[in-house]
Amino acid sequence: MADRVVLAVDQGTTSTRSIVFDRGGRLVSVRQREHRQYFPRPGWVEHDPMEIWANTQRTAAQALRDAASSAGEVVALGIANQRETTVVWDRATGRPVTRAIVWQDTRTADLVSRLAARPDAAVVRERSGMDIAGYFAGPRLRWVLDHVPRARERAEAGELLFGTMETWLVWNLTGGPDGGVHVTDVTNASRTSLMDCRSCTWDPVLLDFFGIPAALLPEIRPSVGELGTATALGSPIPITGTLGDQQAALFGQACFAPGEAKCTYGTGSFLLQNTGTELVRTRSGSISTVAYQLAGEPVHYALEGSVAVAGALVQWLRDGLGLIGTAPEIETLARTVEDNGGCYVVPAFSGLLAPHWRGEARGLVAGLTSYVTKGHLARAVLEATGWQTRDVVLAMAADSGLQLPSLRVDGGMTTNNLLMQFVADVLDTPVVRPMVGETVSLGAAYAAGLAVGLWADVEALRRNWHRSAQWSPVPARAAQLAAEHPTWEKAVRLSIAWGAD
Amino acid sequence: MPGSVQSLERAAAILQVVAGSGGTLGVTDIAAAVGLPKTTAHSLLRTLLGVRFVEQDREGRYALGPGLLRLGAAHLDVNELRSRGSNWTDALASRSGHAVRLATLDREQVRVVHHVFRPDDSVQVLDVGAVLPADRTALGTVLLAFAPHRSVRGAVDARRADVAAVRARGWAVEDGGHEPGTAGLAAPVRGSTGLVVAALGISGPAESVLDRQHQARPLLVSMVVESAQAISRELGWHG
Repeated sequence: MADRVVLAVDQGTTSTRSIVFDRGGRLVSVRQREHRQYFPRPGWVEHDPMEIWANTQRTAAQALRDAASSAGEVVALGIANQRETTVVWDRATGRPVTRAIVWQDTRTADLVSRLAARPDAAVVRERSGMDIAGYFAGPRLRWVLDHVPRARERAEAGELLFGTMETWLVWNLTGGPDGGVHVTDVTNASRTSLMDCRSCTWDPVLLDFFGIPAALLPEIRPSVGELGTATALGSPIPITGTLGDQQAALFGQACFAPGEAKCTYGTGSFLLQNTGTELVRTRSGSISTVAYQLAGEPVHYALEGSVAVAGALVQWLRDGLGLIGTAPEIETLARTVEDNGGCYVVPAFSGLLAPHWRGEARGLVAGLTSYVTKGHLARAVLEATGWQTRDVVLAMAADSGLQLPSLRVDGGMTTNNLLMQFVADVLDTPVVRPMVGETVSLGAAYAAGLAVGLWADVEALRRNWHRSAQWSPVPARAAQLAAEHPTWEKAVRLSIAWGAD
Repeated sequence: MPGSVQSLERAAAILQVVAGSGGTLGVTDIAAAVGLPKTTAHSLLRTLLGVRFVEQDREGRYALGPGLLRLGAAHLDVNELRSRGSNWTDALASRSGHAVRLATLDREQVRVVHHVFRPDDSVQVLDVGAVLPADRTALGTVLLAFAPHRSVRGAVDARRADVAAVRARGWAVEDGGHEPGTAGLAAPVRGSTGLVVAALGISGPAESVLDRQHQARPLLVSMVVESAQAISRELGWHG
C-alpha cells in the first residue's frame, strides 16, 4: 500500500538517525550511525561536522531504501538536532574552520564569567529571556571568533557562516557552497543568547554585547514551514520542519496546549512544559524557551527544566560500582527491598542544573547505616531521578502558574515500572507513555508533514498519539512522599554545601 | 557428606583445578592434583568436554569451556527482557491494534512482565506482575508447551493433546478460556541459548482476534510470531 511518508533526521549527541514515518505516525524504517566524540582537553567536547554530514546522507539513503518497498512518496524532510552545538564554516568551500563545539563543552566558562561581571550584563536576561550561561551557543561562537586564526576578520567580511547542527545540515542538503540555504529555526535560535525572545529576531544589543558580527548569522525561520529543497538525497525532498531535539520531543508528544508537558529520561532528563503564546518570565529556576512556531502563526513558548544526571546515575551503579550487570537490572535489585532504608543519593556529579543552578554542588550518598544494603542504594538511585523531576515541576508551577494535567514521558528509563510509579506518586500526577517512543524524530516528522499538508493541523497529530502505558498516583503513597520531601531537600542542601569551598 | 555423589564431587574438584590453572595443565597433572587415577580423571574430563564445561587445546591442556561460561549468563532478568523487547511490543500493539503482553514462567506460575495498552486510549490498567492462569491463556499455553521441565508441563500435557501441535507450529491460540468473549494469540521468545524464556502475546475481543470460523486471523498470527522472533534476535538467539 503506497502511502505518503516523511523522512526525519535526528542529529543527536552520539549518533545520527534517519527514520521514515507513515501517515499514522508509525515507524517504517530506521537507520543509525554513531559519530566520533573528540575530547582534546579536559572539559572540551567536539564533533566533526563533515562526519555528521556524511552520516546524515548515508543513513537517510539507507532508511529511504529500506522503506522503498512498503512506502510511497517521501513528501517532506524534518530535522531535529542536538541543541547549542556550534559550527562555523567557510561559505565558499563548505569546510568547517574548526570542529563543532558540543553543548557539553565547558571551555567558555571563563569567558562567560567575564561577560557576566560586566555592568550591562542584565541585558542578556532582559532581551534573550535567559541568564548568561556557557550552556548556550552564543559564547561558543564568540570563542571561535576569538581563537581561530583570522576568524573574526573573515566573519566580518562575510566569508564565514555560523549555525547549529540543523543549519549546517540544511545548508549542505540544499547545495552547500552551490546555493545552500542558510537558515535556523526559532527554537534553535532561542538557544544562542543572541535572539530577542519577543520579536524572535537577532538582537543588535545582544550581538554587540557578545561581540558577534551579524554577517555570519543564519536567517531565523519558523519551525514548521518551507526552508528549501534537499537535492543531496537522490530525488528532491522539501525540507519543511526543524526543531531542537527537546522541542521536537515536545512536538512528537503532541503537547500543543498550555500546561501540557513531557519529560525525556535519558542520560539526563529534560522536562518541557508548553506555556502558550505568552513568554513566562522565570524566577524559580526553570528557563523560558521557544517551543515551536508554525509559519504565519505566533511563537509558542515553553518552560524547560534540565537535569544533568538521570540514567547516568544508573550507569554509574553499573560501571562505577558494578552492582548490576545491565541498566534494567536496577529494578530487580531495587525490588529486593521495600523502601530506601533511609538512604538518599544526590547525583550532582558536575553540579546541579535546574532548578538549583549550582555548579559547585557535588554528589553524595546520605543516611547510611549498617541497615542499608545495595537494594536500598538502588532504590535511592531511582528515587533521585523522581525527586529531581519533582523539584523541576514545582519550579515550573511557580513560574507559569499552570497545573500539570499529566506528565508524558519517553526515553530509555520509561521501561522501569518502579521508577515510573515513583514519579507518578512523587508528583501526585498521572504519568503516561506514548506508543511511539521515538518522540524526537517523530516530532521532526510531524513538523515537516504538517507543513506540506500530510496532516491537516495539530489536532490530527493529537489523534495519532496513543497511550502505551499509564501509572496513576496512589494517594497514600503520594502523601507519604510529600512528607518525605524535606529530607530530600536537606540532602540537596548538603550536596551544595559540600562543594561550596 | 551423606548422600553426596562421588563422581560429581570429583568433577567439581577437576573444574576447580582447571579454573585455577589458567589452561596450563594436561590430564596427568590434573589427575595428580585431585588425587585420582589418570584413567578416572580422563573419563571425567571427557564427560566435561562433551557438555563443553571444559575445552582442550592442541597440546592436550584443559581450560574452562564455553558451556560453563554461558551457564552464568543464561539467566535473563525480566526487567532486562522488558527493556530489550519494548520497541517490538510497542510496534506490535500499534500494528495489530491489540493489547500486548510479555510473560515468563515464574516457578510454576505465568507472570506478566510487560504490558502495552490497546492503542485506543480507553481506560486500561497496567497489570505488570499479575499472575495468569497457565492453562487458560495463550501465553500460558506457549510457556508450558515449551517449558524445559516435564514436571511443569505435566498439567497441560494431561489436559491437552495439542501441546505437540503448539510446539510444532510455534504459536498458540486461546478462545474465551480466561475471560469469555476474549481471545489471545501467543508465540515463544527464545534467549541466547535457544531456550524459551518468555511468551509474547496479544489479546482482545474474540471477533477481532478470530475469524468467523473461530480460527486465528493469519495476519495477526504472523505479526505475533515475527515480533517474538525479533525479540529473540534482540536477545541474541540466531536459530
